[in-house]
Amino acid sequence: MTDVTMRIWRGDASGGDFESYTVSQNEGEVVLDVIHRIQATEAPDLACRWNCKAGKCGSCSAEINGKPRLMCMTRMDQLPEGEVTVTPMKTFPIIRDLVTDVSFNYVQAQKVPALLPPPMPEGGYRMFQEDVERGQEFRKCIECFLCQDVCHVIRDHEDNKANYSGPRFFIRYAELEMHPLDQNDRRHLVREEMGLGYCNITKCCTEVCPEHIHITDNAIIPLKERVVDAAYDPIAWLGRTIRRKKNRSAADAAVQPAP
Amino acid sequence: MTDYEHHEYDVLIIGAGGAGLRAAIEAGQRGLSVGIVTKSLLGKAHTVMAEGGMAAAMGNVYPEDNWKVHFRDTMRGGKYLNNYRMAELHAKESPERVWELEQWGALFDRTKDGKILQRDFGGHRYPRLAHVGDRTGLELIRTLQQKVVSMGTDVYMECKVLKLVHDPNGRVAGCVAYWRPTGEFVTFSAKSVILATGGAGKSWKFTSNSWEGTGDGHAMALWAGAQLIDMECIQFHPTGMVWPLSVRGLLVTESVRGDGGVLRNSEGNRFMFNYVADMFRAETAETEEEADKWYDDHTAGRRPPELLPRDEVARAINAEVKAGRGTPHGGVYLDIASRRSPEFIRRRLPSMYHQFMELAGVDITTDSMEIGPTCHYIMGGVKVDAETAATLAPGLFAAGEVAGGMHGANRLGGNSLSDLIVFGKRAGMGAADYVESGQAATTLDMGEVEEAVKEALAPFERTSGENPYDIQRDLQEMMQTNVGIIRTESELEFAATELDTFIERVKNIAVKGGRAYNPGWNLATDLPAMLTVCRSVTRGATLRKESRGGHTREDYPAADPAFAKFNFAHSTNGGNWDSPFDTVESPLLEMPDDLKALLEEDH
Repeated sequence: MTDVTMRIWRGDASGGDFESYTVSQNEGEVVLDVIHRIQATEAPDLACRWNCKAGKCGSCSAEINGKPRLMCMTRMDQLPEGEVTVTPMKTFPIIRDLVTDVSFNYVQAQKVPALLPPPMPEGGYRMFQEDVERGQEFRKCIECFLCQDVCHVIRDHEDNKANYSGPRFFIRYAELEMHPLDQNDRRHLVREEMGLGYCNITKCCTEVCPEHIHITDNAIIPLKERVVDAAYDPIAWLGRTIRRKKNRSAADAAVQPAP
Repeated sequence: MTDYEHHEYDVLIIGAGGAGLRAAIEAGQRGLSVGIVTKSLLGKAHTVMAEGGMAAAMGNVYPEDNWKVHFRDTMRGGKYLNNYRMAELHAKESPERVWELEQWGALFDRTKDGKILQRDFGGHRYPRLAHVGDRTGLELIRTLQQKVVSMGTDVYMECKVLKLVHDPNGRVAGCVAYWRPTGEFVTFSAKSVILATGGAGKSWKFTSNSWEGTGDGHAMALWAGAQLIDMECIQFHPTGMVWPLSVRGLLVTESVRGDGGVLRNSEGNRFMFNYVADMFRAETAETEEEADKWYDDHTAGRRPPELLPRDEVARAINAEVKAGRGTPHGGVYLDIASRRSPEFIRRRLPSMYHQFMELAGVDITTDSMEIGPTCHYIMGGVKVDAETAATLAPGLFAAGEVAGGMHGANRLGGNSLSDLIVFGKRAGMGAADYVESGQAATTLDMGEVEEAVKEALAPFERTSGENPYDIQRDLQEMMQTNVGIIRTESELEFAATELDTFIERVKNIAVKGGRAYNPGWNLATDLPAMLTVCRSVTRGATLRKESRGGHTREDYPAADPAFAKFNFAHSTNGGNWDSPFDTVESPLLEMPDDLKALLEEDH
């Protein structure tokens, strides 16, 4: 057992500062174990969000030595020797200590037009493994929002939040676009209202994804291609005009009759 | 009297895991107003940790499978202590519930002809678990979450319910809660309330449960006038991680065994062949050769003993370790590396690969895992009506892990996720019917609200008192030692006395800091529920003088037919968290003859 010094940001919306705690550390422990030890001993009111402690729920996101990571999947023995600094995610408003207000993401989720499948045949749908696999990669997402946190479009520009859904939701749109059963078309929405064009493919989101989802290569780039195709394809344009398909708002789409 | 933030609904659902979300969809589709209250963020509930799959006799891999076989497997797995009607409804309705998830966006793994692929699991005669790799719980919760969001249902996140509140006539009419981010109190009134609060494993030291598994719903139901049954039946999952200590208890999916993994002791022997109970002998392989043939063709041999129900496997592992044939860290070896190719393992078990690589530094494609039993699931819970999920407290419904009866004395793997969607839907229906029947209450007894608020704030008023974390740690240690996987009279009696001491300690908690997002305070408000659960588990374990499923007595090692006729049902007078219990023998439902015949049949 060795001792380690943790430098933890403590405070709330009105401000705060770093506090240092020196605690013991055991073999194989992760950052969250050490945070828990601080809670159980010196600071029972140290706020941190967590649930599963197994990298499956995506609750304990924070910035460890400045890098967005899950506290439950970051082993202490793999961090550089010396002090460890833990700060809350920068992109979201502070609630307290390491806990941020991530409601931005839940608002974005409400804007996503739901899956629109054909009626289900007797005995269920038939889909093939190679067709579901693309969507399955995106459905590995544990909603830790680290990709949202690291994305400079909203990390450095608060104003953009109103017009940008962020990498987590680009993979959601990509998943629905590639879903073998879906009959909705969200391309216009993604381009005009979700700010896909703001992303300039720096791949920061892919780098921090704890599920190793290829956010940029497998979701954002193909989505950009599809959106562009839809916008500049004259036949598609004509089709849209003739059918006079209303540019449904997301809220309208979300209340389509459920299957 | 203070003015609290207040909300009103037709149906209020406490808990946002699989059962709560499925109930919300059902009630919402009936046109009722629905509110969901969850103490975490939406999408983080413990359902997310379920790995292997959800059991449904769709017959996609073996057409011989049907609800009758699933019913039989569930009853045998539960050692016949089940509410047979729940097991029957579950077996009949789970295929529809799984298919319906695909309409809402779920993407399960497929068979070659494009149907939902089904995998083998312990105690299930045929491959029956619809799955997505080893992250099926995530798929379930995300699908239901996205459906609920698309319906515009109100979700109150990080809002912790303290207590159910009655109307002046004694019907359940809502609850009092507090917002974790601010510490401010909030009241909800509703014509019906559905409990979907999940499990209670957090009172044991080594558990696969997250911090949320504090048995809030179990306790609140008891306090509100409902009954708890089968509380002594706790599932210790055979395969939890044992090393490093920081992840001890973390779940290793049963799919490892379903997909070919075997258990070995320190001498390298597949010891499970020595632990086949009479009840399962006829359907279990006798040699390694026979067992290995079975994986490819279920007609070529009988099932490997590694795939016996979880209670059987957990006891066997416990016995091997006790006999000195354990691993250096006190477990046994789970080996899939020597039996399947690295590609197969990475494709079928991606999260396990990831989990061992990152947390233990073990590559499961080349090395064995060290595993041992971990507190995983509580079969016991609120006594409910199978059709409607109604509890004995008028206006209160319960579904999912918080409800009792479905799984009897031991749950089969995969039957939990399907339980959530089958009985989540039924609870939504039951609650909606109750609302429409016009007998519902909506007026909160503000005296009850004030009392709950006062109790919750008391720890701030004590200048000297105990740290809640110390109490939690001692409680977990005590329950693990005395009310663990193997139990005996003297230890249970000791535990009962200790629990009285814990009650006094909880009454003397002092909390530091303010009310906004204060985890110490949050734990202080969890402890009364944890103690209620521990007391009912200990009471049931003391009274059940036999061994059955998830309840093993060293001093009564055999099953006793006399105990197969009833559940121990606990209720409380007064409704306070420290009130004494009344325990009665509550007879099992009488099973119709045609269903009885299914249990005998050799399918």
